[in-house]
Amino acid sequence: MLALLIRRDLRQAWASAGLWLPVAFLLLVASLYPFAVGPDAALLGRTGGGILWIAALLASLLPVDRLVAPDAQAGILDQIALRGIGEEMVVTARLVAHWLGFGPPLMLATLPAAALLKLDGATIVRLEVGLLIGTPALAALGLLVATLTAGLRSSGALAGLLALPLAVPLLIFGAGTLGDGSGAALKFLGAASLLLVAITPFAGGAAIRAGRE
Amino acid sequence: MNGAALRLTDVACLRGGRMLFRGVDLKLEPGGGALLTGPNGVGKSSLLRVCAGLLPAFAGTVERSGDIAMSDERLALDMEAPLAKALDFWARLDRAGPDRLAAALAAMALTPLAQVPVRMLSTGQRKRAMLARVIASGAGIWLLDEPGNGLDTASLALLGRAVADHLAAGGIVVAASHQPLPIAAPVTLALTDYRPDAVDQAA
Repeated sequence: MLALLIRRDLRQAWASAGLWLPVAFLLLVASLYPFAVGPDAALLGRTGGGILWIAALLASLLPVDRLVAPDAQAGILDQIALRGIGEEMVVTARLVAHWLGFGPPLMLATLPAAALLKLDGATIVRLEVGLLIGTPALAALGLLVATLTAGLRSSGALAGLLALPLAVPLLIFGAGTLGDGSGAALKFLGAASLLLVAITPFAGGAAIRAGRE
Repeated sequence: MNGAALRLTDVACLRGGRMLFRGVDLKLEPGGGALLTGPNGVGKSSLLRVCAGLLPAFAGTVERSGDIAMSDERLALDMEAPLAKALDFWARLDRAGPDRLAAALAAMALTPLAQVPVRMLSTGQRKRAMLARVIASGAGIWLLDEPGNGLDTASLALLGRAVADHLAAGGIVVAASHQPLPIAAPVTLALTDYRPDAVDQAA
């Protein structure tokens, strides 16, 4: 059942071009940033990791308006509910599918982006580990906001306003891992990520039920 | 579908601060059908959603036994996928084999359209696709919201036959329509009789 839902969600993401959008966004930011601050390799190397974290965070907001709202409007969520499948299961499946379509492609795109920003090898490793831990949380946050704003008008703008304050801990700890040898920031990032991933199925499921009329 | 039953007791529905109907009683045993009638906005779709459990009843109780299949005004099929593939997703969720889906497609005369993308289908063909999903589901309780909308005469006959087969097999059908349907339903529920003002006058 879960596998069926995940497979459909992945197929929908692929069909709606949702997979390459965050990737293209990250690469665009990475190629524009040196134009803005100049080709100073030392400066780029020092600030590039943080810029990539901001880009990843903003990229996670791009697919928010097509995560839940189209299926809610098309009656697909109601048809699933009729079959006795809980909303928590629907949100869990969507979270897995959304992360699969968002996390790994973003981590792959980070490699050429890091080359554009002249990041050194150690920074790239720390960045990728941080993204591996942080992208599930970004996916969960985007999905949670999508369930809350499904059915509202101008939900895209509202989604940004709702998600960005909640994403601040992720950004602080995520970017914090880059310059931190002790691993404390990584642990905090993991804790924030676990919390978001754990509450999203329940909070998102409740939001879908409340939005039904 | 053995043992399908649906029982509404003194159900009331409040939407947007307005009482649509109250005091609705309905008891359906296997093989029982009900037709909800009434003008637009009287609460037919709301009553069906209450029956389905998608909308809480403001008052009263709804008891169901058996699975539910519903078709309403929303297609709930992936627009880009071919019809057979879009329906297959739901058939898998319903644990219906390919035979049952093929039979349902044939019952709604959709077999020649199986490979056509859903977005290319006409209004009537989409309605038939939704009915095919209901047929393939194997659920005991069918809730049909305006099942005749957009259907031509031949398709209406297919709908009538599918409903008759379902009732003969011990299923339950509740259909809502503002127009006559070729459905033999022993119970007709005119929802205008359950408007709050109508109930007051009777009391």
